[in-house]
Order: sequence, then C-alpha cells, then structure tokens
Amino acid sequence: MKNKIGVYVCHCGGNISDYVDVEKVRKAVENDEGVYLAKTTMFACADSNQKEMVDDIKDQGLDGVVVASCSPKLHLLTFRAVTERAGLNKYNYVHANIREQVSWAHSDDKLGATEKAIKIVKATIAKVRNSEALEPIKVKSIKAVAVIGAGVAGMRAAIELAEAGSEVFLIEREFFVGGRVAQWDNLFVSEETGKELVTRLYDEVMRHRHVTLFTGAEVIENSGNVGNFKLKVKITPRHFKLSCAQGELQKAIDVCPVVVPDEFNFNITTRKAIYHNYPSEYPQLPAVDMKNCTRCGECEKVCNGVDFSQQTEYLNINVGSVLLATGFDPYEPKKGEFGYGEINNVVTLQQFKRIVHYCDDKLMYNGKEVKNIAYIYCVGSRQVDGENKYCSRYCCTATIHAAIDVKKKFKKVHNFHFNRGIRTYGKQEVLYDESSRLGDIYLQSFEHDPPKVERVGDETIVRIKDVLTKDKELEVVADLVVLVTGMVPRKDNSIGNLLKVPKGRDKFFNEIHMKLRPVETVIDGVTIAGASQGPKNIMESMNSALSAATKSFSLINSGELALEPTVAMVDENACDYCGKCEEACPYSAFEKVEKSGKFIVKVNSTVCKGCGMCLPVCPTNAINLIGLTDVDMENMIDALVPQV
Amino acid sequence: MAGGKVNNSPKILVFSTEKISDPAIDMAGLLKLHYPPTVYTIPIPCSSAVKPRWIMHALEQGFDGVFIAADGTDCPYGESCTTKTGELMRITQEMLKDKGIDPARLKMAAICSVCSEAFVKHVKSFSEYLGKSSN
Repeated sequence: MKNKIGVYVCHCGGNISDYVDVEKVRKAVENDEGVYLAKTTMFACADSNQKEMVDDIKDQGLDGVVVASCSPKLHLLTFRAVTERAGLNKYNYVHANIREQVSWAHSDDKLGATEKAIKIVKATIAKVRNSEALEPIKVKSIKAVAVIGAGVAGMRAAIELAEAGSEVFLIEREFFVGGRVAQWDNLFVSEETGKELVTRLYDEVMRHRHVTLFTGAEVIENSGNVGNFKLKVKITPRHFKLSCAQGELQKAIDVCPVVVPDEFNFNITTRKAIYHNYPSEYPQLPAVDMKNCTRCGECEKVCNGVDFSQQTEYLNINVGSVLLATGFDPYEPKKGEFGYGEINNVVTLQQFKRIVHYCDDKLMYNGKEVKNIAYIYCVGSRQVDGENKYCSRYCCTATIHAAIDVKKKFKKVHNFHFNRGIRTYGKQEVLYDESSRLGDIYLQSFEHDPPKVERVGDETIVRIKDVLTKDKELEVVADLVVLVTGMVPRKDNSIGNLLKVPKGRDKFFNEIHMKLRPVETVIDGVTIAGASQGPKNIMESMNSALSAATKSFSLINSGELALEPTVAMVDENACDYCGKCEEACPYSAFEKVEKSGKFIVKVNSTVCKGCGMCLPVCPTNAINLIGLTDVDMENMIDALVPQV
Repeated sequence: MAGGKVNNSPKILVFSTEKISDPAIDMAGLLKLHYPPTVYTIPIPCSSAVKPRWIMHALEQGFDGVFIAADGTDCPYGESCTTKTGELMRITQEMLKDKGIDPARLKMAAICSVCSEAFVKHVKSFSEYLGKSSN
C-alpha cells in the first residue's frame, strides 16, 4: 500500500482551469489516504514541471504518482518516463484524464466539471495506492512497413524507411505514381516541375532493393496489431505486358473507341480506355481502364503488349507498422458556386493550371483569347457558412505563382486577385512581392460579403466591395474566372476505416496531438503523413513524411516491442480447473497443470495479451488482470460514488 | 456543494475500452459534445473483460446505471468479443432481475473509435431513462 503519493493537477494553460477549479481539486484530494503532496501546475508536461516531479520523487521519496491532465493517449508515456527517470517503477504512475473527459466535455457546466474532476482524481489515487511495480512484456515486431500511397510523401517515406533498413511495401491505388504533384508544372522555390520531382523520387524508390512498389493495388483486409499487421492487398492488372513494341502503343491508343473525361487533367480534356497520363509517366507502362473498356478487341489487333488474360491477384503481407500517405482531393465547387458549372468561363485553379499547360502562343479558353483573369480565393476553404472552416494553406501561394507564370508566358494577361487576405507565409512572400511588381491587382473582400460572379450579355463580370473602398462596388470584366479551390480529404478514404484511424473536425485523418505526437494516431503502429492529415504544401508534406517514417521505424527497428504487463494471473487456491478460461481465451494462453494434488490453469504471460476475456467466465473468480484487479476496480468505483 | 447547484443527473459508470471507445469519448470532449458530468469512465482493455461483480458493485454502491461502451466488431482482441460481451450482459441482467433491480440499469452499445456522437446520444438517452425510472 502506497503512502507517499504525489498528485499533480494541471491547468493545461486554461484548457482545464477555465472550466475546472483546479485549486479546489487539489484541496479536495490533499488529505486522501496515502497522499503525501498535492500540487497544481500550469503545464504538467513542461520541462520545468517534469524536472520538479523528478526532484519530488527523489527528494521526498514518493512511492506513487498521479498527474491529472489531458488524455492518457497524449501524456501517459511522458509521465511514466518521468517516474522512470526518478528511479520509480513506471507502473506506480497512474494517469487521470480531466481534460478530454472533463473540462472540454463539460465546458457548459463548470461546477459539474469540477465535481467530476475531484472524483476522477480520487479514483486514480485509489488505484495508485494499490499499484505494484511491473516489468513490460516483450513481443516480436516484423521489420517491415506498409506505406499506403505513392505520392511524393509516400515515396519520400518509403525511401527513408528503406535507407534506415526496413523492408517497405509501397502500395498505390492508381496505376501510376506521383499523386497530385504529378499534375503540377513548375514548383516554387526550385522551379522544378512536379513531374521532375516525381521522377527523381521514383528513381530513388526503384534503386532501393528493400522497397517493393505495387500499383493498381489496394489494401482490402486488415487484422493484427502493432508489430504484426496482417494486410490483404488486391492487385488489379494493368492488362499490359512488360514490353510493348515501339509505335504499337500509340496505335492501340488511337484505335481505342472509348473516350472518357481525363481526370488527370481535371476533365478539361479526354482520354482513351488505354492510357497513360503523360508521356514518360512512371511506371512507364500504360494501363487499361477496365471500368470503361468495352473489350472490343481493336487494341489487341495492333499491339501485342495488350494482355486481357491477366487476373486480379491477392497478396497477404505482414508488417510491423502502417504509414498512411493517401493525399487529398481538390475541393469541387457546387453547381452555381461563383458561377461554377453554370457560367462557361468559370474554372478551378487545378483546371486553370492544366489549361495554361496546354496553351502555347496565346492563352485560349473556349476558343476565345483570355486577357483578364479573375482569381477568387478561399473557395471551399475558410467558409463562413459551409463545412470547411480550415485554411488550405497552399492555395494563395499556388495561385500567385500560377498568375506570375501566366503573365510571363502570355504577356497581355491582366491578373485580378479577389482575396480574403493573402497567406503567402515564409519565403512565399517573395512571390507576392513579385506579383505586385508585375502589376497584379489585389482586391480584398469582407468575410460576409464575398465577390459575385454574373453573366451579363456575353460578358462575365466579377463584382466586389473591397475592404479599402467599403461601400463602393468595383467590377472586373473577366475572360476567365479561376476559383481558387482548396484541399478536402480523399473522397474514398476507405483505408482509414479499415485501419480504424479517427478523423478530425476537418474530416482529414487525425493525429494524437498536433505538436506533441503529430504523426501518430490512436491506433498503435499506424502513422500518417502528407495531406491525408490536413492541407499541406509539398515541403510540409515531405517533413511530415520524414517524421512519420522515423516514427514507424522506431516501432519496428529493434524487432521487439515492449507491451503492457497487464496480463491475467490465477489464484491457485481459488482455481478448481473447469476449462472455461481456456475456451474463452483467443490466444491459447492457458495451460492445464497439476499442482498440490489438483488440476489448475497456468497463464503463459508472453502469449496472454491482457484482454481479460477470461475474467467474467471463471466460476470461482480465480482470475484477475495485473493492474486491474477486483480490489483496484472496487476501490475506483467506491471513490467515484460519494457526493463531494 | 457550496456556492452552486449540485448536478443531480443520474450517476452512470461507463466501462470503456482503451483502444476503441476511449478515443471516441475523448473526441466527444474535443468536439465539445456535451453530456451530463455525472457520467464517469473507467478504462478497461476489452468490453468482454467486465466482471458481473464489478457491475453489481457499482449499482449497489450508488451508481444509477452502468454503460458498457463495447468494442463490437472492432475489438483488437478478436471477433468473439461481441458474443462474449453479449453473454456477460445476459448473465448480469439475470443477476439484476434476481435481486429485484431493473435490468435496464445496465446498458451496452458498440462504440467505435470515432463514434463520439453515438456515445453522447447513448449516454444522454440512458441518463434520461434513469432519471425517469427513478422518479
């Protein structure tokens, strides 16, 4: 029984103390049985407080510690490490969640929140009072990582993992690598094109013998856990043999009668059912789009590379960790949103970039030369009324960069930026400066009064009340209106559901903590990178990919993972072998043994996962979980009941 | 409690699983989805690990209701979790009936790792039921 327990109640800046009277909580528990000291702290996780805790444990000889702060998902490990540093067994630390499950959940009832916090801290003290020193259980971890998505983030992560020494399965749903970046031309700052960047990364991926790339591949089943995820991968055939005689491919494309909108060019052009998105795209082998192919057989007549006998394959892979880099979709404006889908010269930024790519001498759209371009910012981002409240981060820079390129390529163009405040942060400010020098006009709208796009006669007019001119309306006759659309999560993010990765308020994959654990998810062993987690530019995506790769690698590197020692234990006196626990255990962790003239069960602690399925089935109540015994549970319940 | 009104909502004990339902309950807080502050959570590894005696203890000591936030088919420990949790529910409800306690004071629902709204909906309606049935 512990009698020198230290209790630390955290303000979390104000996240807790704005709703919970933390001083009242401290006072309410300071005289509880076994409590030696009780303190409040502004940030329990701050270095200074951690140091103070270490000193307290050492100097005062604390034998148990409680921190009442955020969710244990965030800081359980932090404070366990603090106790370890101070020489105390980490299982003599117990965490109380008074932020996610108290102050935030009950921010509408401060009194109720304080009362609940007091009880939760008392229950936690009751648990730590009875805590024992334990040693973690070691399990094997497979030294392989599955990286889902072969865009720039996924490829960067795969390279990093392979260089560190991991086996990597790089799984791409499309037939070609590069994701969204392959669709961009020159990039700021390097002026390298998206295609060049993709090629460079692809070459590096291919050089690593430890990276296996699957295209047209999708994870369809998942079981197992951190250290050993068992994934089933479905690989759709490209229906092309590895070699194809020169010239035959173009003939096959030419004879294909199927014409569908080309999604790679955001539907401004069309393609055939046999396709590659651009010449020299990687892998350098075209694919047949079987959703649209009519199996007319014309291509087979002119190209012997076509092979309709290829079958869908299924592959089972085992990995220690999964890294998700599934990217984003551009926001698709609703019909009529700033004239989109109704006025024929309203396009999205992504379409505009492809239009510029395909125009040579003159910037043409719908057979008309474009001179005045109106860019309307924050379409589908920072919405006042819509769902997407977030800023998509990259679009201001991407638009200004595109506007400068257009002006340099087609001299007669005038750019008008209808913005809501420009966010070209960091070095990207240089672009804003350059665009201003080139004579671009910036007009900023009020938050609740966005610009209006109207068709008057054969002209498209954009009107705005600028923040500087207030009530005076300004208008621009635009030859092309470009809607600066931001990022939204992938339409099909089923991989997230398969791995049970939670999503945030923005519907992107959610990290445990934006600053403290930015690439980990609550699903142990699953990390997230790139724009699958939220809007990011390429540099930010790369940074997160490197971070996620490092985190995933740290889980598999040693080939062993330390698991919680909370396994089942049997009271030999109470056990009167009946076999019910053996039946209930999914891992066959029980063994029938003879001891002192009777049969009992014995727990194999390396096999036991501590799920507790055996607990309720034992007729003599002979089984308890270490760290969660009947005594622990009943003490906690007793502490939660009385009125404060 | 001095200086304010005590919250008299029914007391509910939630057995929530560390890997699956706990993240959902945490996220309910993050999203500021409010529910009565008399709902208390004790984390457990798996919903099929709840001993009927813990439930009985909670109800006998003064909790108005016990809610098992079950793993359902998401259980990281295996598919049998659903059946086993169902079985322990059945046994405990029999025990409650024998003791003359309303078996509806024990409730179970599958709460996935992102089912924050479902959790809040369940505990609110459970709280309402317990409030009515105690009057």
